[in-house]
Amino acid sequence: MDLILTPNITDPDGFYARLIAAHDGLSDEESAALNARLILVLANQIGNAAVLEQALALAQVGK
Amino acid sequence: MLNDRYSLAFKLYPYERSSDQDAAQPVRHPVVIVGGGPIGIATALDLGQQGIPVLVLDDHEGIGMGSRAICFAKRTLEIADRYGCGRPMVEKGVVWNLGKVFHEDRQIYDFNLLPEAGHKYPAFINLQQPYFERFMVERVRELQATGTPIEIRGKNRLDAIEVRDDHVVLDIMTPEGPYRIEADWLIGCDGASSPLRGMMGLDFEGRVFQDSFLIADIRMHNDDFPTERWFWFEPTHGAGASTLLHKQPDDVWRVDFQIGWNVDRKEEMKEENIRRRLDAFLGEGLGYDIVWSSIYTFQCRRMKRFRHGRVLFAGDSAHQVSPFGARGANSGMQDVDNLGWKLGLVLKEQAPESLMDSYDTERCFAADENILNSSRSTDFITPKSKISHTFRNAVLQLAEKHAFARPLVNSGRLSLPCVYDNGPLNGEDALPEAPARTRPGAPCPDAPLADGFVLDRLGGDFVLLTIDADAPEQLDVGGIALRRVKLSVNDDATGALAERYLGGATSAVLLIRPDQHVAARWAAFDESAVRRAVGHACGKE
Ligand SMILES: Cc1cc2nc3c(=O)[nH]c(=O)nc-3n(C[C@H](O)[C@H](O)[C@H](O)COP(=O)(O)OP(=O)(O)OC[C@H]3O[C@@H](n4cnc5c(N)ncnc54)[C@H](O)[C@@H]3O)c2cc1C
Repeated sequence: MDLILTPNITDPDGFYARLIAAHDGLSDEESAALNARLILVLANQIGNAAVLEQALALAQVGK
Repeated sequence: MLNDRYSLAFKLYPYERSSDQDAAQPVRHPVVIVGGGPIGIATALDLGQQGIPVLVLDDHEGIGMGSRAICFAKRTLEIADRYGCGRPMVEKGVVWNLGKVFHEDRQIYDFNLLPEAGHKYPAFINLQQPYFERFMVERVRELQATGTPIEIRGKNRLDAIEVRDDHVVLDIMTPEGPYRIEADWLIGCDGASSPLRGMMGLDFEGRVFQDSFLIADIRMHNDDFPTERWFWFEPTHGAGASTLLHKQPDDVWRVDFQIGWNVDRKEEMKEENIRRRLDAFLGEGLGYDIVWSSIYTFQCRRMKRFRHGRVLFAGDSAHQVSPFGARGANSGMQDVDNLGWKLGLVLKEQAPESLMDSYDTERCFAADENILNSSRSTDFITPKSKISHTFRNAVLQLAEKHAFARPLVNSGRLSLPCVYDNGPLNGEDALPEAPARTRPGAPCPDAPLADGFVLDRLGGDFVLLTIDADAPEQLDVGGIALRRVKLSVNDDATGALAERYLGGATSAVLLIRPDQHVAARWAAFDESAVRRAVGHACGKE
């Protein structure tokens, strides 16, 4: 299995708005903690170690 | 006493004395429209073409200088086509398909809009607002010459109003002094700062965005820029926190700089300061004239209700959006499209007055959708918090190499017409396997035919559209003449008609409202079902 690199989010604008709204009123630390929790939840959803490794590598390069 | 608030691009309706000013008793008009901007004039075209006498009052003698709106969407052009002025708009307008997105010092990707084929009109055009308005006023003049009952009175300012149960009394100021008229129905198209709304003490609430944008429309001396849309996030040229470049007709380019909230407007508007930004952005030594410039801030807000008895609001007076996504004038045109036929039926006593409540319901729903979309674009372009900024830039960084992140980049979404899902006039959806895009409430998508387009055939009245299905050619439903438009999948060799209207079905009967939205659909003609649906679509329960 490979990391999906083509558009795959059903309602991109809706998702993005919800993501930003989740941070409304949070301090920097609270925001960082929310992001950490979110990443762990999503990682569990992905499950597959090879895919998670590819995702990590991509994010580390930054682009 | 009656001073211009802005200078004119085109003087089209100079003040003339009307006999109403010498009448002993206030003259009663069936419909008066306050405001001769794009939405007021479009409303006059819609009602006038139905044979309803309309009077437009505007406090100026023509169209204001300055472009403001430049992007006009397909649905707007289709509506204008019905009014008889879509052609000149497209002929004058610029069509573009290629967009480029930049971050900091470099292009991160480009995209082609790849507009869907088989439509009479393009996905949208760029055209200066004064031209858009002028083509409509010219159409009014053409229609007047053949007896269409439209009147525009320049330098007639609405100063006061008295709202009664079944009419409205208007106090109007002219260069020759005040006079008074009455109207059975009054339509407020007097713009975002609507004096009418103020006179009635009505609310207009929403969200203020703490940023300002400097617009410069420039005419290039040497036009070798391509016809593309360029959007910069955080450009290193530093002339703005974001910058947009867009082509207009006449070799004019719109440049839009995001310049922050706490700016000295007077200072920023000095030509040398505008040129400083432009030169930083375009590079020194490029020759251009500044055609128009302005600083704008924006809000996303709407009235709670668009109908107040015999007073209806349409366009910016009813709702205001940020310019990102071009949903201002475009949504105002859809207001008119919705309002026109309903008021026409009410005035001809073919529908109950309560039908006008569905204008309020459907267009408030649409305004919310427009506000949502334009707020999202604005939030992406001007992030409101540190974390929002972090996410925005992460999206931009990823988008440079990875297609998956590009749908998240939001520099303004194409203005699309609203689908009135769960709308009060929607009837049965009884066509199994049919496509969602033509469900009840949806605007009919165009499709090519051997000799024209589907929307040309629909026009502006109630239509029974049959595709490979039988039905009578005419049906009188409570005074409404339902006209059949008979099509077959064989009429369109490209298959677009079948794809857009049938999906997996093999035949279809669709009831189409005069604004070309689907009211109900079935697999075969059933007279009592059709009669019920027409009654329902006219607000008769
Ligand atoms: C920078 C900018 C860019 C934009 N870009 C786009 C775009 O790309 N696409 C888009 O669709 N929209 C765009 N818009 C929005 C668009 O310009 C407006 O939505 C549109 O002008 C609204 O039309 P209107 O007829 O409702 O109001 P207006 O155009 O404001 O017209 C109101 C009219 O009422 C008259 N009036 C006011 N008070 C009185 C009175 N008391 N008596 C008589 N007459 C009166 C005024 O003089 C005026 O003629 C943009 C706006 C801005 C500011």
